[in-house]
Order: sequence, then C-alpha cells, then structure tokens
Amino acid sequence: MTAEELKSVDVARSVDARGTACPGPLLEAKKAIGTIKAGDVMEILSSDEGTKQDIPKWCGKQGHEYMGWVEENGYFKVYMKKK
Amino acid sequence: MEDNQKVSIEQLQVQIDALKDKISQLENSRKDQLSIAVVSGDLDKVLAAMVISIAAAAMDTQVKLFFSFWSLSALRDPNKSPKGKDIISKMFGCMLPTGTKKLKLSNMNMAGMGPKMIGYLMKKQNVMSLETMFKEAGELGIEIVVCEMSMGLMGFKKEEFIDYPNLSYAGAATFVADAGESSIQLFI
Repeated sequence: MTAEELKSVDVARSVDARGTACPGPLLEAKKAIGTIKAGDVMEILSSDEGTKQDIPKWCGKQGHEYMGWVEENGYFKVYMKKK
Repeated sequence: MEDNQKVSIEQLQVQIDALKDKISQLENSRKDQLSIAVVSGDLDKVLAAMVISIAAAAMDTQVKLFFSFWSLSALRDPNKSPKGKDIISKMFGCMLPTGTKKLKLSNMNMAGMGPKMIGYLMKKQNVMSLETMFKEAGELGIEIVVCEMSMGLMGFKKEEFIDYPNLSYAGAATFVADAGESSIQLFI
C-alpha cells in the first residue's frame, strides 16, 4: 500500500507507543490487539526505528496482516490488520 | 506386472504413514517456547534476557527463565531482610548486589558510575527499567525458575526474593526438560 492509501485507512484502534523504547511498542501492540475485532485495522505510533521491523515479524508469526508504515514528524505509524 | 505396482503403492502408503508419525512427533517435541539459562548477574546481561523474554512473550511464545548463580542477585528484594542466616551466608549477602538497582555492568562499571549512567540514559530514551520489566514479565506469564542449588550455595533464602507471580524452585533437570522441548534455548 502507498503512504496515501495507508493514511486513508479506517483505523479501529490507535496505539501511541512513542513514550517507550524496544520492546515497549510490541508490548503495547500485544496488549491492544485483544481489544479489536478480526479484520479491524490498528496503527502503532512509535519513535523507535526497530518497530518498523518488529511489527511485521510479529504479524507474520501471529497471522495478522502487516500493511506498511508511514513516517510522520519524528515518529512512525505502523499499520496492521487483525486476523 | 499390475500386481507389482499395487504392492509398491501400498508400501509407499505405509512409508508415508510412518513419516507422518515421525513429523508429528518432531512437531510436538519442539514447542513455541523460549528457555533461557540466566547465569550472569550483570545489569546488561539480565537486561538482555528480560528484553528478549518480553518480546517473545508479546509474540505469544511461552517463556521459561532459569535463574542460577550470579543472576539470583537480580531477584533479591532490597526491602526484605531474611533471618536465621549463618555467618558465611550473611557475608555473601552483603557482598552481592541486592536487587536490580544494584547490579553491575559487565563492562565500564567504573565503580558504579557506569550503571548510574546507563540508568540515566535508559530513562532518557524511555527504555523500561529492569524493575518494570520484571513486573511486565509477571503479567505476561513469564515463568521464573530459581536454581535451588545455587540459592543454597550463596546462602540466599526464599524470603528475600521479589514477589513474582510465577516463581518456582527447581534443579538442573527442570531446565534440561524445559529446554529440550523449547524451540529456542539461550544461555546468558
């Protein structure tokens, strides 16, 4: 997906993990995933570079769909869809 | 000729069944589980063990930590003072760090300056403190097994360890059994 497409996606839950470093963002995402329904999209806000690599790995293992990331001012938004 | 072919297909079927059995055996012997023998009591190494464990648990991997020897210092609660220790145990207790905040660095310890600086940097860069990591680990269901033998050797008592939800005491065979069925085994 392109950055524009990602930005226009309906997000069911936004997880702001900008206040934590590795493995904080992954942990925040894990805690939040239980609160959304299958097929819902979640975005994870992180200022930790590693999150861009870690979330796709997590999605791959859990069977969620990793959608991509966009860069904002000083942080990243990583998008994924729950299985 | 036709008869021969029939036999060979049946034989193949038998072999396929045998293979299926073996594969399911192999699959069951390697669980989605992480076992770490945490032996070092250095701040950086205990930190590494906890970061990996939390990441694994967040990915729904079962985590079993076997704390042995120097790493036991990390599990000591500074607010607890156990009674009834003999003189050598008391000496050991005094010389070894009490709790995560007193751990030394494996490099650049600089008489305690190093850990203070790392602590400052961790706070500044929003890295969870070891204390928080143990709390999160407990909530994630990460199991900690304390090596009974090294606990006795160093004169530590059960009463001086932190309140942790999944803490148990066992011997080396427990680690061997747990590690044997884990898909990831580490020694730190």
